[in-house]
Amino acid sequence: MAGWQVLADAATPGDLMAARMQMGLSLGWHIIIACFGVGMPAITVFAEWRAIRTGDEVYELLAHRWAKAMGVLFAVGAVSGTILSFEMGVLWPGMMETYGQVIGLPFTLEGFAFFIEAIFLGIYLYAWDRLPPRVHLLTGLPVCVAGVASAFFVVCANAWMNQPRGFDLENGTLTGVDPWAAMFNPATPPQTTHMILAAFMVAGFGMASVYAVAILRGRRDRYHRLGFAVPFTVAAVLTPVQIGVGDWAAKFLATNQPAKLAAIEGLYETTAGASLHLGGIYRDGELHYALEIPNALSLLAHWDPGATITGLAEVPAADRPPVNVVHWSFQLMVAMGVALLVLGLWCLLVRWRRKRLPESRWFYRFAALSGLAAVLALEAGWVTTEVGRQPWIVWGVLRVEDAVTPVPGLGTGLAVVSGVYVLLTAATLYVLRRLAGTPLPLAPQEPGPEPPTPERGEP
Amino acid sequence: MTTADWLLSLMWLALTAYVLLGGADFGGGFWDLVAGGSARGRHQRELIEESIGPVWEANHVWLIFVIVLCWTGFPAVFAAVSSTMYIPLTLAALGIIARGASFAFRKASTGLARRRLFGAAFAGSSVLTPFFLGTVAGGVASGRVPIGIAEGDIVTSWWNPTSALAGVLAVAVAAYLAAVYLCADARRAGSAVLLGAFRRRAIGSGFAAGAIALGGVLVLRRDAPFLFSGLTTVALPVVVLSAAAGLTSLALLVRGHYLVARVSAALAVAALLWAWAVAQYPMLLLPDTAIDDASARPEVLQVTLLVSAVGAVLLVPSLLWMFWLFQRPAPRKAEPG
Ligand code: HDD
Ligand code: HEM
Ligand code: HEM
Repeated sequence: MAGWQVLADAATPGDLMAARMQMGLSLGWHIIIACFGVGMPAITVFAEWRAIRTGDEVYELLAHRWAKAMGVLFAVGAVSGTILSFEMGVLWPGMMETYGQVIGLPFTLEGFAFFIEAIFLGIYLYAWDRLPPRVHLLTGLPVCVAGVASAFFVVCANAWMNQPRGFDLENGTLTGVDPWAAMFNPATPPQTTHMILAAFMVAGFGMASVYAVAILRGRRDRYHRLGFAVPFTVAAVLTPVQIGVGDWAAKFLATNQPAKLAAIEGLYETTAGASLHLGGIYRDGELHYALEIPNALSLLAHWDPGATITGLAEVPAADRPPVNVVHWSFQLMVAMGVALLVLGLWCLLVRWRRKRLPESRWFYRFAALSGLAAVLALEAGWVTTEVGRQPWIVWGVLRVEDAVTPVPGLGTGLAVVSGVYVLLTAATLYVLRRLAGTPLPLAPQEPGPEPPTPERGEP
Repeated sequence: MTTADWLLSLMWLALTAYVLLGGADFGGGFWDLVAGGSARGRHQRELIEESIGPVWEANHVWLIFVIVLCWTGFPAVFAAVSSTMYIPLTLAALGIIARGASFAFRKASTGLARRRLFGAAFAGSSVLTPFFLGTVAGGVASGRVPIGIAEGDIVTSWWNPTSALAGVLAVAVAAYLAAVYLCADARRAGSAVLLGAFRRRAIGSGFAAGAIALGGVLVLRRDAPFLFSGLTTVALPVVVLSAAAGLTSLALLVRGHYLVARVSAALAVAALLWAWAVAQYPMLLLPDTAIDDASARPEVLQVTLLVSAVGAVLLVPSLLWMFWLFQRPAPRKAEPG
């Protein structure tokens, strides 16, 4: 058989691009589902707890319904996460060969978190009728904890890519590794906090959106109102906190990854008393058509209107991230965050003044979009982080083109993987819609209202 | 034993768990595929679905654990295998997506056409995934993955006699394990018809797997001499153990001892994996990469072992509880609320 011996030692630019697109696509897909894996169990367990405490059947129904959706989402999250761990090696062997051991610790811990999550989720979903209610409720708790823990661990690994610590390098070989220092690097606190809050926001607004649509269609019974109010409240309460944490993340960048912040702001020259720019297109070292707020950037980044902000000019041209993508995705994230804040305040105001949920159709129209807005903020945030790190895969240490695999044909791989994700997306949305549309009540372990095969009634 | 040896043993233990548990889930998909038309195969499919449903995700995590341990403990091996084996690994990953997702989708959908579609995706990918994972193992065992990034041939490293053998063997072993495990489940469900069906299948696939393994020895002699010589010398006792346990499991099935048959079948398959390990020890990647040439730094190995020991304290009781819980007879379906 003719062999396809690899002759090139480096990937072509096209292959590098394909690898990055494939990584971005599979991560960007996984992260949406993962957010539900992080946030949804807690909200579901809360509903079950209310049901047990008060005997309220509506809460019990909601808990069953959410558990069923969680079963589907978790399965999809698990398999889409698996392809990621393959891709770490398949696409980026140049990083894993040297640094796999440096970031192995958080991933090993994540493995245990996955185990706990998968085991107790299996029990939670399938043992509803095998365990006493209180015990069953308790089996939900490890799922909640492990979900948050896995988000924490995996983002530790990502934070390390932004602030690589905990290893000594001599002529390209590692001469010492401190896995704990690598895991608890300076970027870990802001990034993990921001991500975990984002997960709860995506899950909360995402679940609330489904019920907002139902309410718009005229289903205003208690089931739909509670189904809306519980997740919406969780997410709305966390939104202001998230904005504060986002500010923390930006302040962190100002001192630790100035090139990324400069790209976020489209700032070329190092400036004292820098202004904040909204919108605009970056060309030839300048933001055109942007709305300018004097001194605001220095104020936000350092609590000092006169503070100096490092510009892109300080880093060699070859080390600068693509500004427009980073600038615009950051703006999108912040815009979505502020919009969600306003929506939450609207709800709060009505509840405080009238002691009930808003009735305005406009409120529910916006609420129906809130899940999408949270997802957009999430994706935009990741694009900011990951593209803003370019051209480094490990910031200041390893470039993407040195990490990517030299094998040919990555474009084909990208095409195949994209096709699979399109199918997966369509099937997931379809199945979730069917679930949302099945009449009540339904226990999580029951197949559904129609017979699975035509010969129902057979023994 | 060095620290690297310990970590490698841990990884191999995790791989064994994946083959015995996750492998059987794939095998369930195999029997789903050949169960026949939707009316005829319905009861078999239900039993398979019930047995796999609660546990497959936990079983699947073993694979992730193996991968993570590999890049933590043996990063150069991980980089070498995943870059050279890019094609079968991508196909296996896509198979994993198709299988897990469609299994969950089928469970959540109603209506024959959709259940059939998702069912076909589930069953088909249950066969393809172990096959491709097997080809990777075959390529490594026959020394076609040298150390270094994409140093091996990206096609012949997994498209060769040993890989084909390992791929087919993986499918057969998965089917055998699943059929043996399902016998006890069928008995618990109280169905003599299902029990008979899976017992026939277990015995048939057991013979098939044994025949493939035996015939494979000839393939290995020509195509993987290093492995062959290891298997016929140092690892011979383990090979014999595997064969003996396999035959015992068939005898136990015939006599109706289904729970012990599970243990014996699992032992047969586990011994096969460990025979490979023993035959190749201390080489990680042929021809000349030994364990200590490719392992992570000692401080990393130590931390990983420590963390795993602590993690095991949480993990093992949870796993045991899960299996215990779902091995008891199902209660009458209670109406919720
Ligand atoms: C619901 C999601 C969500 C919302 C509303 C916001 N963010 Fe965010 N942001 C994320 C979700 C997110 C994220 C997807 O989770 C990121 C990507 C990486 C990370 O750690 O968090 C992120 C990254 C990220 C970064 C880059 C961190 C780094 O590269 O180290 C900054 C500076 C901010 N955010 C700042 C903000 C500000 C000032 C917000 C105010 C409105 C904001 N974020 C709202
Ligand atoms: C938390 C763990 C994460 C790890 C370990 C990780 C790792 C990586 C790696 C190895 C690459 C390829 C190298 C590069 O282009 O810089 C990459 C790129 C990328 N990642 Fe992440 N990532 C993580 C989280 C995420 C998430 C959750 C998203 C969600 C959207 C994401 C979005 C992207 C994108 C869009 C790219 C392509 C970058 C580009 O086009 O320049 N990442 N990531
Ligand atoms: C910020 C980024 C990420 C977050 C918050 C996150 C979170 C999660 C969560 C909560 C799950 C459980 C499944 C679910 O609930 O749907 C999960 C599954 C998984 N994730 Fe991610 N993940 C991220 C990125 C990554 C990356 C970069 C990798 C691999 C390199 C990865 C690998 C996996 C794997 C292998 C699983 C399957 C585990 C199982 O079988 O249960 N994840 N992830």
